[in-house]
Amino acid sequence: MRDKCQKRVVVSMSGGVDSSVAAALLKERGYDVIGVSMQIWNYSSQGDEGFRSCCSPEDIYHARAVADKLEIPFYVLNLENEFEKEVINYFVSEYMNGRTPNPCILCNQKLKFEILLRKALELQADYLATGHYARISWNDSRGRYLLFKGVDAEKDQSYFLFTLKQEEIKRLVFPIGDFAKKEVREIAAKLGLKVAYKKESQEICFIPDNDYRRFITGRKGMDKSTKGNVINKDGDVLGKHEGIHLFTIGQRKGLGIPASHPYYVLGFELKSNSVIVGRDEDLLCKGLIAEDLNWILFPDLDSEITASCKIRYRYKDTEATIIPQDGGNVLVRFKKPQKAITPGQAVVFYDGDVVIGGGWIKESI
Amino acid sequence: MKKIYMDHNATTPLHPEALDAMLPFLKDNFGNPSSIHWAGRGVKKYIDEAREKAADLLNADPSEIVFTGGGSEGDNLAIKGVVNVLKKKSNHIITTQVEHPAVLTTCQYMEKRGCKVTYLPVDHDGMIDLDDLRDSITKKTVLISIMYANNETGTLFPIKEVGEIAADNGIVFHTDAVQAVGKIPVDVKDLNVDLLSLSGHKLYGPKGIGCLYVKEGRSLVPLIHGGHQEGGRRAGTENIPGIVGLGKACEIANRDMESQLKHIAKLRDRLYKGVIDKLDHVKLNGHPVNRIPNTLNLSFEFIEGESLLLNLDLEGIAVSSGSACTSGSLKPSHVLTAMDITPEIAQGSLRFSLGLGNTEEDVEYVLGVLPEIVNRLRSMSPLYSSRKSESG
Repeated sequence: MRDKCQKRVVVSMSGGVDSSVAAALLKERGYDVIGVSMQIWNYSSQGDEGFRSCCSPEDIYHARAVADKLEIPFYVLNLENEFEKEVINYFVSEYMNGRTPNPCILCNQKLKFEILLRKALELQADYLATGHYARISWNDSRGRYLLFKGVDAEKDQSYFLFTLKQEEIKRLVFPIGDFAKKEVREIAAKLGLKVAYKKESQEICFIPDNDYRRFITGRKGMDKSTKGNVINKDGDVLGKHEGIHLFTIGQRKGLGIPASHPYYVLGFELKSNSVIVGRDEDLLCKGLIAEDLNWILFPDLDSEITASCKIRYRYKDTEATIIPQDGGNVLVRFKKPQKAITPGQAVVFYDGDVVIGGGWIKESI
Repeated sequence: MKKIYMDHNATTPLHPEALDAMLPFLKDNFGNPSSIHWAGRGVKKYIDEAREKAADLLNADPSEIVFTGGGSEGDNLAIKGVVNVLKKKSNHIITTQVEHPAVLTTCQYMEKRGCKVTYLPVDHDGMIDLDDLRDSITKKTVLISIMYANNETGTLFPIKEVGEIAADNGIVFHTDAVQAVGKIPVDVKDLNVDLLSLSGHKLYGPKGIGCLYVKEGRSLVPLIHGGHQEGGRRAGTENIPGIVGLGKACEIANRDMESQLKHIAKLRDRLYKGVIDKLDHVKLNGHPVNRIPNTLNLSFEFIEGESLLLNLDLEGIAVSSGSACTSGSLKPSHVLTAMDITPEIAQGSLRFSLGLGNTEEDVEYVLGVLPEIVNRLRSMSPLYSSRKSESG
C-alpha cells in the first residue's frame, strides 16, 4: 500500500528533455511519480504498404528509458482514437474552412488536461505534471490559480495553455516553468539522461516532414475539391488555385501570379472557394474579433481592459484594448495595426507575465 | 511492495528445474548437434530426449514433433504449410472469430493471397456451434484451424468433435493448443488432430521455443528453408537450451499437472467467489464450465479495464486487460466483441490467469485490494453515477 502522506504525480512524458526533467525534478522533490506517454499517432499506419507496428515512435522509447533511469512506473496510454477525433479532424476541417488551426492547443486542452488528467486522478494522483514552460501559482486575494509565462521568455508556452479552467489548473504542475531551457538541458545532463541534448521537437508532431498540405491532401475521404480562383479585393480573377487548404493568411509563395510586386494571401471567400490576395500593406489590420474566450485572471470580463496580446506563438506581444461584445465574444483593438491576423489561431492576453485569458480568432477587422 | 503475478496466460516464469536443465547448454555443452565430433555428439541425444518428453505429454510419437520458435511460428507453419494458395480447388480455410492473432492474422494474410476463409462465430459464452462448422465445409475446404482454449476467456472448444468432423470430411485439422497444454490433459490420438501447436513459455518453459505436432504421414511445406534439421520441416541450427527447457517443462507438466491444477482451480474459484461477494455488476466472460482451470475473465461494469489494470499494477498485482499483444489499444477485444459483449462491458474486462506460484494468500491480497479500487473508479465514473441516479 502506498504512503498516503506522499503526494502522487502523474507526469506526461513525451520523450523530450523538458518532460523528462519535469519527472526528474518531481522525483527529486520526493513525490511519488508515475510516468505516462500518450500514444496518439500511429506513424507506421500512414503508409498503405507493409506492417503496422503495434509499437510506437522512438519518443516513447526515450520516455521509457528515462522512466527506467528514474525508477518510476511508466505506462503508455493509447489515445489514437481520441487524438484523431479531437485534434486531427479539427486540424483538417479548419484548413478546409480557410482557417489556420493550432493543434497543440487542442491537444493540451482535450487530451492532456481532460483525458490524461482524468486518468491521473483515476490513478489516485494529486497532480498531473507536464513539461510546459509556464508557471502556476495560487493568488489569495483573487481566490484563483493564476497562470504565468515561463521564466525563459524564448521558450514560454503559456500561449498554448489559455484554455485552462480553474478545476484543471489546480491539479497541474509545470516543474520546468522556473527554468531556462539551457538549465533544463544542464539538469538532464547532470542526471545522466540521454535525452539531454535531444533536438527540439518539430512543429506539428503528427506531420514529421512538416508538409501539412500533403498531409491534408493525403487524408482518406479528401475527395472534396476546394479548387477555385485567386482573386483580388475587388473580385477580379488573377489566377487559379488547387484548394484553399494549401494557403494561410500572409502566405506569399505558391500563388503563381506573375507580378512586379509580390501578392500575399489576405483571406478566403468560402462560398466560391476563392483565395483573396493583395499587397503587403493590405495585410495590416486594426483589430480582431475573438470567440470561445477563457479567462484565468478573473471569472469573466465585464468591462474594457488594456492588455498585451499574442496573436500567434512566437510573435511579439502587442498592446491592445479588449472590449467585451454581446454574445461573449471580444473585440480586440490594437494600438498599432498588426499584420496577418489569422482566423483559427489563438489570441492570448497578458498583463506582464500574467495570463489574463484568451480566445480563438474569428476574424480580423 | 508485495508482487503478485496472475497473468500466466501471457507468460509463465521458467520452472527452476527447466532452468537447471538448460544451464549446461548455455555454458559448456555448446556443440552443434549436426557436427560429427564429440562436441556435437554430446548434444544431439538431448534433443532426442526433449522430443520424447514433448511427445509423451501429447501422447504422440517423437517423430511427430517439430520444434519451432514458439507458438506463433507453429500456427504459421501449420496454416501456410498445409494450404497452397495456388491450388484453387482446395483453398478454403475454416477458423473462428476468436482465434489468437497468430492464427487470425495468418488467415487474413492467406485471404489476401487468394484463399477463402470462414470465420465461425461464437455464442455469448464464446462457444462455437458444430452445426455451423458442418455447414461451412465445402469441397474446397482444406484446413480447419480452431484453438483448443481461448487465451482471453479460457473457453474450451470441443476439439474432439471438431476432429471427428474434419476426419469424416478428409480435412486437415490444426489446433492452436498454446493455452491448453499444461493446463488440461491433451491426447492427440484421442482428439483426432493432425496438427497441434504449443509454446514453451506458457507452460513454465523458456520463451522462443515451441513445437508443432504433425501427425505421421502429414506432409508440410516448411516456412524456413535451409538445412536438414527437424527432418527438413524447420531449418536452422537447433535452439538447444530452448529445446531442453521445453522438454523439461513438458516432463514436469506430465508429472505434476493433475495435482497442481486442482489447486489452481480452487484458487481461481475462490477469487471469483470473493469478487462477486464483494462487488455488484461483475460479469464472468467465457464459458462458466468448459473453461481451462486457471482463467478468470471478469467485466467490471462502468469502468475501464485499463484503469483497473494500472491501479492494480501500482499495488503490485499483475493481470491483463485484453491479451498482452493487443492491450495498449483501447479497442474492445475481438474475442469479447465476437461474444456479442457490448463495447462498454468489454472495455471493463480484466483477465486473471493463475499459475503454479499463486497461493491462497495471493488471492486474499487481491480480494483485499481490488474491491476498493473498483469502488473508487466507479465513484469517478459518469456512467456509474448516471446509472445510480436512474435506479434511484
